[in-house]
Amino acid sequence: MKYATEFRDPKAAKAVLARIAELADEIGATRAKPVHIMEICGGHTHAIFRYGLDKLVHDGIEFIHGPGCPVCVLPMSRVDECVEIALRPGVIFTTFGDAMRVPGTKMSLMQAKAAGADIRMVYSPLDALELARRNPDRQVVFFGLGFETTTPSTALSIQQAAREGLENFSVFCNHITVPEPIRALLDDPHMVLDGFVGPGHVSMVIGTHPYDFIARDYGKPIVVAGFEPLDLLQSVLMVLIQIRDGRAEVENQYARVVPEHGNPVSLAAIADVYEKRPSFEWRGLGEIDHSGLRIRAKYRAYDAEETFGIGYAAGPRFVAEPEGCACGQVMTGRIKPTACTQFGSGCTPEMPLGALMVSSEGACAAYWQYGGARATEATE
Amino acid sequence: MCLGIPGRIVAVTDEHRMMALAEVSGVRREVNVACILDGAIEDLLGEWALIHVGFAMARIDPDEAAKTLQALQDLGEAQEAAEAMAEGAKALEGQG
Ligand code: SF4
Repeated sequence: MKYATEFRDPKAAKAVLARIAELADEIGATRAKPVHIMEICGGHTHAIFRYGLDKLVHDGIEFIHGPGCPVCVLPMSRVDECVEIALRPGVIFTTFGDAMRVPGTKMSLMQAKAAGADIRMVYSPLDALELARRNPDRQVVFFGLGFETTTPSTALSIQQAAREGLENFSVFCNHITVPEPIRALLDDPHMVLDGFVGPGHVSMVIGTHPYDFIARDYGKPIVVAGFEPLDLLQSVLMVLIQIRDGRAEVENQYARVVPEHGNPVSLAAIADVYEKRPSFEWRGLGEIDHSGLRIRAKYRAYDAEETFGIGYAAGPRFVAEPEGCACGQVMTGRIKPTACTQFGSGCTPEMPLGALMVSSEGACAAYWQYGGARATEATE
Repeated sequence: MCLGIPGRIVAVTDEHRMMALAEVSGVRREVNVACILDGAIEDLLGEWALIHVGFAMARIDPDEAAKTLQALQDLGEAQEAAEAMAEGAKALEGQG
């Protein structure tokens, strides 16, 4: 197998793969009747494709690629709102580079920048804070995007701005949470899921208890996993062992980084700055209750939705996905990316139609990027 | 974009704001260490941490740091982080 040579510990990987195969046989998993395991995190999706893990594991294991890529689930309406803010006079709009190419209904941030908006790619919200300090006559808006791993960084930045009394800094908050979409997927009667590989770095912030409901209420195993290929394989094995034993528990394969109760400083900052929105829109999944965060009233001065009268503060709105886009079906595991009629023709990483093609963590981009290698491998 | 990258704390830059200099993938930049602080900020010198968008999020041991870095390099994430840091520095100068 081509990818196996890239493992740092090929022997260990082989042993785990053999154990996975034994267990898959034991529980009667076959290509026709596979065990469905969802990896929630986009980083895991990327790793699975990068190492070809889906091909290396027993035929009876099928990976379903979860909604854990914040760029991929960002609704078009929110991109439109970013563009609207960025085009306001006097604004410096700051964003992570990942979000630049996500299509909106009219344009992406990349196109808005070309059209003259002052949009700057930053590495950290701290860069946006520094820009605000250096440009007191401009409004510096930071596009807060991401799951619980990223949320503490904007919360701590807002607290810092408040301590300094910075008046020209605000956050356009699009932070979302992992547990709620998982609940929504588990409630979907079409969804067939037998177990989960849980996100590693999100869990380093929130700990493992927010997943308790998955085991307790839905009877599904979940194993929080690291990012090395061996971590992922071990986690799949742990899920299979639970299935064989008829157990459903939250297990932590990544305990060397993930504390059971998360990171107290991060959690305190999140709780101080943010509260749950009644609901938030996810691209491809629709509105999901309590799945998004907004800035609390006491930090209103730092809330770009309030400052600019834009977004959920101005009432929710829904924009339909573009014609022919099957992102929603791919995201819920109903079809594989290659089954989308736009895949590779109307939609490529260079010219993405859907958001799953934009980030390397998106399932479609992963299929596209590693699909070539797969084809060669198949003919070898 | 959700992954933390291992970095080593090499200097304290602003104790009051809980800022330190970290070396991440060969690039040095200022990071916030509030989330990993549990004593004097100087105690962090030489320590490894997972750094995510400019914030140290968890302390890790050097062996874990090396393995994680290798995995992230394989995924292209380490290079992406280094590029994003360079991009961030440019943005501050108004060229981003
Ligand atoms: S190929 Fe493009 S349009 Fe089709 S599902 Fe994937 S990202 Fe969406």
